[in-house]
Amino acid sequence: MKSMQTQEEYYSGVRMVRYDLVKELVLAVAGVGILVLGLSVVLSSPDVPPATIATWALSDPVDFQTTATNELAGTTTSAAYGNPYNTNGPGQSWGPIAPQKWFGTRIPIDSANTFVIQPLQRAATGNTDLLAQLDVWQKASPDQQGKWTAAYTKALTTATVKDGQVTVADGDYGPLPVMMTNLLGLAQTGGLDGLLQVNGRFYQTDYTPSLVFMGDGAYLPGLAAQANLTGNQWGMMNETGRYPGQTWLWLYTMWYQVPPFNSPTGFLGISSANADLGIIILMTLLTVALALVPFIPVLRDIPRWIPIHRLVWRAYYSPKVRS
Amino acid sequence: MDTARPGLVEPKPEPPSWTLRVRQQIERRLPMDHLLPDRQPYYVGSWVYVFGVVTIAALGWVVVSGVVLAFMGPQWWHDSSLGRFVNSIHFWSVQAFFIFMVLHLWGQYFMAGWRQGRASTWLIGVVIFGVSILTAFTGYLSQQNFDGQYIAINAKDAMNAAGAGAFFNVLNFGQMYGLHVMLLPIGVIFLVAWHIVMVRMRGVVKPIDAEGATR
Repeated sequence: MKSMQTQEEYYSGVRMVRYDLVKELVLAVAGVGILVLGLSVVLSSPDVPPATIATWALSDPVDFQTTATNELAGTTTSAAYGNPYNTNGPGQSWGPIAPQKWFGTRIPIDSANTFVIQPLQRAATGNTDLLAQLDVWQKASPDQQGKWTAAYTKALTTATVKDGQVTVADGDYGPLPVMMTNLLGLAQTGGLDGLLQVNGRFYQTDYTPSLVFMGDGAYLPGLAAQANLTGNQWGMMNETGRYPGQTWLWLYTMWYQVPPFNSPTGFLGISSANADLGIIILMTLLTVALALVPFIPVLRDIPRWIPIHRLVWRAYYSPKVRS
Repeated sequence: MDTARPGLVEPKPEPPSWTLRVRQQIERRLPMDHLLPDRQPYYVGSWVYVFGVVTIAALGWVVVSGVVLAFMGPQWWHDSSLGRFVNSIHFWSVQAFFIFMVLHLWGQYFMAGWRQGRASTWLIGVVIFGVSILTAFTGYLSQQNFDGQYIAINAKDAMNAAGAGAFFNVLNFGQMYGLHVMLLPIGVIFLVAWHIVMVRMRGVVKPIDAEGATR
């Protein structure tokens, strides 16, 4: 229809029949209402309680201490992440395309300080032993700190747990046993959940530090794997329990399951190492292509080649009706 | 013979004004009988046409249940059985909304619904699809339960890799909740209203003709 053509001109010569738009809308609202109310009564909706740092420290104290030690060593995911948290990693890029780097460190996270040192300093009031050991840690050389964290991380692999307390074999761990025992105790009481949110303001709505810290450990991803929520299990498409998740993300999550996005070696510079960036670029291009279908030859012609439209407009194509 | 009588003012045509021009354009392009038609071409009889209206109906249930949840606050539905029920309505109406929207999209694709001046209607439809996905995504992040937690941790890497994470922090509940209950729903509702107005302005597209033109 040309832009200035009226509907009367467009439908000139076309037989018009009675139609009740408002009735159709009311029936649709009622029908969909019956459907969603019925599903809500019968199936309810998922609501698995969130994990906390306290449940982590109580359920898997060795993983908690290992993660905290690795934060000090600078070997966790967040410690070596890069922007927007820090500059310790290159971030993902594809040739000159490196948007992760372009916008700088806008949400600063210094993993060792944010997750271990600062909470311990805040909790150390009146605890002279902890204050002294924190002082030892901070005055030690990076080389010495590295030796302690390496030795303690190794010792944790054979640690035993009794009544929630972690015991490691004797060794030269410097101040780490005192620091980690205090941090674990703090976490098990729920204190660390609060201390990681301390930002000088009363109200809190930003859980970035707590979630990044929990993401560094194995506890939360382990729970997610049990619930089929991890990236290589089609991630965000899923939901806990037997509920549908964001099924509309199937195409996005599918790419993570296929080469080159799941391949360590990859193809044309795209691999599992920069899969997020590669998939975002691909999905952006596909979305633009979907929006521009009316202008793209072949894509706009497929409806003509596959005669589904003949089923939709059966009355129009029926020789009887046309005659 | 007409002669001008003293004391009587000759009617003059209305001087053009912006208001008058806008009103005339609306009256010309979208008269009430196009906005709420009681007649349609005889070939508008397939169930495919229902997918659009049931998508709108599902959106209505999403909005109504969402308004109740927003009014009661993000904690309510975790602690109250009534709240859980309203959340379930929200959850299932979102599922229905997407299923119907995708069916509507495929239906329009195979009918080549963009033909004869309707490309912008198709384009806005695709934008609605994209903004709806973002709205649902922020909703999943606002759940304050295990799903919300892990989706945030999982999704942050893609957002950060794309550079968006510096501004759109999926780990920031306050930001995600604000976007979910306010800005993004306004965007979806506005775009859907625009989409409907464009459909009603131009009317339903004719069948693909004998020559099979899809442009």
